[in-house]
Amino acid sequence: MLELTPEEQEMLDGKKSEAVQKAMEIVVALANIYGAKNLVPVKSVNVSGVSYKNLGDAGIDFLNEWAEMGAKVTVPTTLNPAGMDLLDWREQGIPEEFAEKQGEVIEAFARMGIPKTCTCTPYLIGNLPGFGEHIAWGESSAVCFANSVLGARTNREGGPSALAAAVCGRTGNFGYHLDEKRKANVLVNVNCPVEKGSDFGALGHIIGKQLKNDVPLFHGIKEASQVQLKALGASLAAWGGVALYHVEGITPEAREKGMLAEGAKVISVDSLEEGYKAMNADTDEVDFVGIGCPHASVGEIEKVAGLVKGKKLKAVLWVTTARATKEKVPAAVKTIKEAGGLVLADSCVVVSPVKSIGYKHLATNSGKMAYYSPNYCGVTVRYGTMEECIQAAIDGRWPK
Amino acid sequence: MKGRIVKAGTAKGEALVANEAMGWLGCVDPETGEVIEKGHSLEGQNIAGKIVVFTTGKGSTVGSYTLYALKKSGKAPAALVCEESEPIVAVGAIISDIPMVDKIDISQIKTGDVVEVNGDEVTVE
Repeated sequence: MLELTPEEQEMLDGKKSEAVQKAMEIVVALANIYGAKNLVPVKSVNVSGVSYKNLGDAGIDFLNEWAEMGAKVTVPTTLNPAGMDLLDWREQGIPEEFAEKQGEVIEAFARMGIPKTCTCTPYLIGNLPGFGEHIAWGESSAVCFANSVLGARTNREGGPSALAAAVCGRTGNFGYHLDEKRKANVLVNVNCPVEKGSDFGALGHIIGKQLKNDVPLFHGIKEASQVQLKALGASLAAWGGVALYHVEGITPEAREKGMLAEGAKVISVDSLEEGYKAMNADTDEVDFVGIGCPHASVGEIEKVAGLVKGKKLKAVLWVTTARATKEKVPAAVKTIKEAGGLVLADSCVVVSPVKSIGYKHLATNSGKMAYYSPNYCGVTVRYGTMEECIQAAIDGRWPK
Repeated sequence: MKGRIVKAGTAKGEALVANEAMGWLGCVDPETGEVIEKGHSLEGQNIAGKIVVFTTGKGSTVGSYTLYALKKSGKAPAALVCEESEPIVAVGAIISDIPMVDKIDISQIKTGDVVEVNGDEVTVE
């Protein structure tokens, strides 16, 4: 039975404001459905459902209604990627009408007190939750990173539920907020090398396909950078709805004893070939290359710059990132631009109107993009390392 | 019957019963209220103004906004009654002001019955 504090009860009864009441109704309904005993204050929120491509006109109506009602966020809140670079959308090839609608979405969020910057890696631009902190985040890859790599605690929030948590500053204490739900129920024995960046996305594919809302513990991964863990989590979340994983010797909670639940299932991975095979279409044509899913770090943008320096690209190259990250690397941005590529802030391939721009054959180093793009963007996909993707951008075809 | 309030409210109308899960995004046309999911037991039926009775919700998380769109176009159900709600339909009902009750034995309700929803009470006339 859910118990509310007197203050929370007042919020639910509408004694604070209509907006807080509405937000509280959502948070309480979810807490009841999942059998939470109480609510917990959240340190930060990341709101998903920002691209006009996902929201449609009904979504805009909803956000405007909340803004007009006077809804205001009460904790630090960030926005997931929009369907375009909020400044350089013309260069990105975004249709005027889409840009106008996307602008309305961002304005509605701004009226609720959310800064006009959009990213799926809020943890790279200052929204960095600490170990054990309760947060309410949407965006499956960010949820997976925050839970697994940072040891913060969040469920997979939808757009309205994350916004509700931001307005009332609370979320239900259930699911991944609780100790017992953070234990691994699947042990994954990795018996092959996982080294290149793309190996992590391929592993995420293979394991993600076999899981549903499970918590895997990986055994046998020797080293992993934060960028590689970001890629693993994004792929696991896209292919398997995974919100939390542990890597023995690497992620924070995997260092604690007893993190493997009793009766955990055991699976083994002897080769990554299946993952690579499933994410590669049988065409070598490439007219579009996407790097930065999840959003590229400073190091990734600099690596792309090093690879394209002095080259002329045949295919369109988008390197998507957070605006704050882009602003840290002006020289690399210039180098990529000189080669004919674009470094886009706020945006991402998956939630952009790629179909209406007309690209057909995508190359990417992201397991998440490989999952969504065929259906959501109507493109064929080649998947591999960043080096292979950039070579494909230079040649206009996938390297042999 | 007594259930659990997901979204408080009152409504009376004709029941439309699905003995299966209901999805929203891509499953119900937000402009007309028609169920468009291929192979669904309610395919071709219209949910506008009905007391829609079903087992649980399913499908894309953007589905909450589909219920909101139905409300905006005047094609929303009068109320939602189900066995076990899940977040997408619950959030959709709340943001769209559609009365909703769960934990109801839906085998007691047949399509065409006149059903009244009042808070946590569901009455079949």
